Amino acid sequence: MSRFVERHPAWALISIIAIAVGLWLVFAVWPPGLEEAIGRKRVFLNAVFNGITLGGLYFLVASGFTLIFGLMRNVNLAHGSLYLFGGYVGYAISTATGSWLLSFIVAFILTALVGVLLQLIVFRRMEGQDLRQTMVTIGLSIVFADLMLWACGGDFYQIQTPNWLIGPIELPLVTAIKSSGEPVYLRYPLVRLVIFAASVVIGVAMWLALNRTRAGMIIRAGVDDRDILAATGVRIQLVFVAVFALGAGLAGIAGVVGGTFQSLSPGEDIRFLLASLVVVIVGGMGSIPGAALGALIIGLAEQLGSVYIPTYAIVVTFLIMVLVLAIRPQGLLARR
Amino acid sequence: MSLAHDARVAVRPADVAQRPARTWPEINNPAAWIVAVILLIMPLIASGFFLIEIFATTLILGIMALSLMFLAGYGGMVSLMQLTIAGFSAYMVAVFGVSGNANISLGWPWWLAVPMALALATAFGTLGGALAVRTEGIYTIMITLAIGAAFYYFTNQNWAIFNGHTGINTVATPHFWGVNWRADIPFYYVVLAVAALCYFAVEYLSRAPFGLALQGVRDNPRRMAALGFNVNAHRVAAYAFASFVAALAGVLQVWNYRQISPGSVSVGACIDVLIIAVVGGITRPIGPFIGALIFVLLRTFALDFLVRLGLDGNRFRLLIGLGFLAIVFWSSDGVIGLWQRWRQSRRPAANRPGGGRGHG
Repeated sequence: MSRFVERHPAWALISIIAIAVGLWLVFAVWPPGLEEAIGRKRVFLNAVFNGITLGGLYFLVASGFTLIFGLMRNVNLAHGSLYLFGGYVGYAISTATGSWLLSFIVAFILTALVGVLLQLIVFRRMEGQDLRQTMVTIGLSIVFADLMLWACGGDFYQIQTPNWLIGPIELPLVTAIKSSGEPVYLRYPLVRLVIFAASVVIGVAMWLALNRTRAGMIIRAGVDDRDILAATGVRIQLVFVAVFALGAGLAGIAGVVGGTFQSLSPGEDIRFLLASLVVVIVGGMGSIPGAALGALIIGLAEQLGSVYIPTYAIVVTFLIMVLVLAIRPQGLLARR
Repeated sequence: MSLAHDARVAVRPADVAQRPARTWPEINNPAAWIVAVILLIMPLIASGFFLIEIFATTLILGIMALSLMFLAGYGGMVSLMQLTIAGFSAYMVAVFGVSGNANISLGWPWWLAVPMALALATAFGTLGGALAVRTEGIYTIMITLAIGAAFYYFTNQNWAIFNGHTGINTVATPHFWGVNWRADIPFYYVVLAVAALCYFAVEYLSRAPFGLALQGVRDNPRRMAALGFNVNAHRVAAYAFASFVAALAGVLQVWNYRQISPGSVSVGACIDVLIIAVVGGITRPIGPFIGALIFVLLRTFALDFLVRLGLDGNRFRLLIGLGFLAIVFWSSDGVIGLWQRWRQSRRPAANRPGGGRGHG
C-alpha cells in the first residue's frame, strides 16, 4: 500500500478523496441542497447496498472463473451454465426438502462433480491448447443450455428465502431527519446482507487458503509455472481436478444465491458469464483480490447506473471495462 | 524480407502444395468451376424458398463467418464481435434509411444510407479491434464477447436510436433501374456478387504483402516486430478489413429480413458465427461458406428430421452444439480438415506434410 502511494501519489490522492466522499455520502445526513440535486438519500443508500451485495454475488461467480483461468489457462465459457445448473439444483432441493442451507451443499457438490467430470473427460485431453479448450467450452455451454431448457423449461424460478431471513432489518445509517427531529434509519433486506457476509467470508477463506496453506502454495506455484511445479513431483493433474471442482462448486453456490435474490431462467447463464468476464477483465485475470475489486466496482456501477442513468446502465459497465483496458490492459490487480 | 514471408507460407501446405504461391488457387480446379456454375444458375434449379431461405442466407452468414475466418485464420485473433459489427451496420441502414419507424429513421436514400452504415460499422469494428489487440489469444475472445454482449444489452435498453427490444421494422429495400432488388432472383444475385467479392478479396489479401505480414504476425509477433513491422497496426488493419466485410453482410441481412432487432445481435447469434466458421474450417476462405451451408440446413431441417426420428424437434440447438463439439474434438480444421484427411488417406503417395493441421 505504501509503495503504491509512493509510486502514484496523484492516483492515491484521488482514490483517498473518492473514498472520503463516498463515506461522507453514506454516513452523513444529506443537506437539503444535495437531496434536491441528486434525489433522496434512501434511494442512493439502497443503490449502494444493492450494488455491494450484487458485487458479492458477482465475486462468487467470478472467483471460480478466475481461479480456473489462473491455474489452467482455461477460459471456461461454460461457467455461466454451471451457475445456472447450481441454481436449478438448489431450487429442486429447497422445494423438495424445504432446507435452504442443504440446497447450498448439494448444489456445491453436484456442480463440483460436473466440474471434475469436465476436467477428467474433456479438458485433460487437450491440455495446453487454449483456443481449442475455449471452443469446447462454448460447445458445452450450448449443449448445457439446451439440456437445462429441456429439463426445466423456460419458466422463471425463485428459490424460497427461509423464514429466519425474511424481512428487512434496520441499519444504523440515517437516511433522513423527520421534522420532529427523530432520525429515520435505513431498512434493508436481511437475506442480502447475510449473503454478502457469506461471500466475504468465502473470499477471505479462499485468500487465506491460497496464501497460508500448503495446498494454496501449490496452486500459486502452478499459476506461476505449472511445468516446473509438475517437475518437482507434485501430482499436477490432481491439483487441476481439485481447482476445477472448487471453481465449479463456487459457481453452483452462486447459482443458489442468485436464485434466491434474483431469479433463474434460461439466459441467466449468459448474463452471469458476461458479468464474470467483465469482472475478471477489470480486476485482472487469475487474481482473487482482483475478482473481489472488479465485482465490487461492476456491482456498484450497475446498480448506481440503473438508478441515476437508467437507459445507459449497461454502457457504464462497458465504459469501465474500456477504461481499464486502455489504461491497464492486464487488469487492475494483475501482476503482469 | 520477402524471402522470410515466402518461407512462412511454404510451411502452410494446404495452399501451396501443388501450385506456385501467387496464382489464383481455384483456376485449375474443376470442382471450383462446377460450384461456380451451379451457384450462377441456381435460380433455374431452386425455388424461391430454397433460393432465399437456404442459399442467400447461407451466403450472408458465410460472409460474416468469412470476416471471422480472416481474423482467426490469418491473424490468429478469434473475434466474437463480427456479428455485432454486422448488426450495427444493419441497424445503421435502418436508422439512416427508410423504415416503418418514421420517428427514428432519417429517410435517406439507400445509396447514401448504405455507405454511411458501412463507414460507421467499419469505424465501430476498428475501434473494437483497437481495444481487443491490446490483449492476446483467449483474452481477445473474452473482450470481443463482452463487446458483443454489451451491444446486445445496449440495443435492448436504448429507445432513441435502436428502438429497444422491438427493433426497427419494415426497412425499405433498394428499388432502381426498374428492378426490385429485394425480389428473390435479383436479391440472390446481389448476395452472390457480394459474397464472391468478399471471398476473392480475402483470397487476394491472404497472398498480398499485407496478408503475408499478418500471417507472420500470427505465427511470431516478436520476430515480426524485430523485423520492423508494426504488429498492432497490422492487427488493427485486419480488424478494419474484417469489419468492412462483416458490415457488408449486415446490410444484406437487414435487406433480407427487412427488420432488425436485438434478437439478431444476441450473444447466442455471435457464438453461432464462431460455430459456423469453426465447423467449416478457419484455415481457408471457403470454410465459412461450407459451415454456413451446414448450419442453415441444420437450422431449417433439423426440426422435421428430429420429429421424423420420433424425437423432440425443439432440440435443434442440442444437435448443433453436439456437432460443434464433435468437430472441435476430432478435427481442429473443421469439415475442410476432415475432407483433406480423407483425401490423404486415399492417396498415401501424395507427399503432404501434415496437411491442414490448424491454428484453431
